[in-house]
Amino acid sequence: MFRFIILFFSFPLFLFAQQNKEGSIRGNFQTDFQVLQEDTLISAYAEDFPEKFLYMAFGNLTYTKGDFQAGIRFESYESPLLGYPSGYTGNTGIPYRYISYKVKDLTITLGNYYEQFGSGLIFRTYEERNLGYDNAMEGVKLEYEAINGIKLKGIIGKQRSYFEKGNGVLRGLDIDISLNDLIKKWENCKTQIVLGSGFISKYEEDRNPTYKLPENVGAWANRLTINRGFWNFYSEYAYKINDPSAVNNYIYKPGNALVFNTTYAKKGLGILLSAKRIDNMNFRSEVNAQSNDLLINYLPAFNKQHTYSLPALYPYATQANGEIGLQAEIIYKLKKGSFLGGKYGTNISVNFSNAHAIDKTPINDTVSIGQSGTLGYESNFLKIGDEKYFQDINIEISKKVSKKFSFIASYINIYYNKDIIEDYNEYGSINGNIIVLDGLYKIKPMHSLRFEYQHMLAKQEENTSPERGDWVMGLIEYTFAPHWFIAVQDQFNYGNPIENKQLHYYTISIGYTKGANRFILNYGKQQEGIFCVGGVCRNVPASSGFSMSITSSF
Amino acid sequence: MIKCKFRINELILNLPSMRIKLGFLIISFFFMSTSNCLAQLEKNGAKLPQNVEIKTLQGKKAQSSIIENNENPIIISFWATWCKPCIRELTAIADLYEDWQEETGVKLVAISIDDTRNSAKVAPFVYGKDWDYDVYLDENGAFKRALNVNSVPHTFLLNDKKEIVWQHNSYAPGDEYKLYKMILELIK
Repeated sequence: MFRFIILFFSFPLFLFAQQNKEGSIRGNFQTDFQVLQEDTLISAYAEDFPEKFLYMAFGNLTYTKGDFQAGIRFESYESPLLGYPSGYTGNTGIPYRYISYKVKDLTITLGNYYEQFGSGLIFRTYEERNLGYDNAMEGVKLEYEAINGIKLKGIIGKQRSYFEKGNGVLRGLDIDISLNDLIKKWENCKTQIVLGSGFISKYEEDRNPTYKLPENVGAWANRLTINRGFWNFYSEYAYKINDPSAVNNYIYKPGNALVFNTTYAKKGLGILLSAKRIDNMNFRSEVNAQSNDLLINYLPAFNKQHTYSLPALYPYATQANGEIGLQAEIIYKLKKGSFLGGKYGTNISVNFSNAHAIDKTPINDTVSIGQSGTLGYESNFLKIGDEKYFQDINIEISKKVSKKFSFIASYINIYYNKDIIEDYNEYGSINGNIIVLDGLYKIKPMHSLRFEYQHMLAKQEENTSPERGDWVMGLIEYTFAPHWFIAVQDQFNYGNPIENKQLHYYTISIGYTKGANRFILNYGKQQEGIFCVGGVCRNVPASSGFSMSITSSF
Repeated sequence: MIKCKFRINELILNLPSMRIKLGFLIISFFFMSTSNCLAQLEKNGAKLPQNVEIKTLQGKKAQSSIIENNENPIIISFWATWCKPCIRELTAIADLYEDWQEETGVKLVAISIDDTRNSAKVAPFVYGKDWDYDVYLDENGAFKRALNVNSVPHTFLLNDKKEIVWQHNSYAPGDEYKLYKMILELIK
């Protein structure tokens, strides 16, 4: 352990990013501490705590010289924060290291890397450190651009799973063709077209005692982008051969996915229309992997990502085994000086999204839907299934009233099928009506006061276990730029059907920022629930006590 | 001083389980204490990475070398459509941007780290907000990693040689004045 401490002690030496003929060294650093307190009211019992004093940390170092680059990431999770995936516990090391260099049109990466083909329907490796999500590849990546307009990528390797690697070996190829760059006379056409195609194959030895599983699973995807003036159209279709796994209950049905995005964007107006259909597209480099482990592909959820705390209590996650959904959004700016726009203009956005089950019918009379060892089910591509998973209708108005005061007001209506999304069998679905008011008052140019008021009325349908019910939330934040902020917030679950759970979840936070260094101290209660940062969500158990976070980039 | 060092050593020796934790605490204070020196413009800032793959709003792949402002200052701002402080920052700058450009020739390049869940929304969002920035997509965080960005918003200031001379994480209302002060200092 000591050598890592020594390694880390040497970090400050590199603090002043250096650039000379020797190249440059840059990096970042983050550490989190938590001191837990028992709080039986929110079910944070001392005996469940792994340890009272928790910490985790990571730091990146990148060395660059011309077309050569090398990097490492040190990670330490001896006793990680509550809710962090348990696979990390008790581990410290350098699980991420690479070198990469470019020779003319060829870029070679050896070691760990992140990559994505198209929108990720067949392949995406990425990281979200704060949630402990990391499925980085370890192996080789080649990128080649021989002709202007054609880009080739080849990958081979295994995926990271905590401090180990998954069993499956991944091999993949991707080509991206920009027609207007490739064909000279189309260069200045108003219509711009980009085509792409990707292929991934996974090899994993079959050790299943019951079924004979395919050891090589292939998946491909084709994509098309057309851009003309204010319009942009994107579509991708992906197909995966039969791939029985723990997640799809060992059915032999091939999978497929289709996504569409159409956007219209001109000064003061933006419109988005999206549609997607996903059928049996769980794809992992180990047949038995569950949860967020060893995912090869990424199936994006098409709905608004809420970051205010009450609407974020019910976030949607794509159902890899099958879903069909739509999204529409309009963003409009009422002009400055118009009757409704006022002196500074007003922004309005309206968003609608939903997700349903796909149609599933039995293959024949003797086989039930999704039965292991069979083809699972038949599905009519264009038919929408009966069960509703999710719906979100929301409107947001943001307005600068004067030099001193601005606000954002939202109304959100969410339908959330908790049994499907969180895999229960007792909660039914929740219908939440939420209002959010977020006001900002500038006392002086560098001093400001921000407040939030959120209120949610939640109705539950068809249940045997009660959900948490109604909430009200308030926040006051005082900021004195460029260094300090202090915030106090309280979430009150006043409508909980269980009376002794009608609790206050209060938090006090103090933060200090200087340049790219940031220091935050929190004291309060974290409630049990889903916590989302940057598009990834995880379940966090209840906790109570102090936490501290330090981040730095250099 | 010696006495103090001795005490820390003693603690480390006596409490093996606290050893690493203390180590990190000490390192953290190193970072905090040295941070004072970073508030000024860096003299030998690293050059902006040139070979990182980003994407235009039209869906075309590009290299990060596309970020260019003819030897005038460049602001690079990492943001996301779901990040309220980022939007607050970019909206605040939007009100001042015309004057900034006129007075200093600066250009703001907004790098959206939205992944494919939200990246299609970026163009309608930017146009809907009527922002006049150069916007690129960093759908899988490659550029974010290349610049060691931990969280958004994160803002960089580049000089005429595209070297990073100043950076800032998070946004508090009023930070834009500090940024502008830095730009003025840079072109002085």
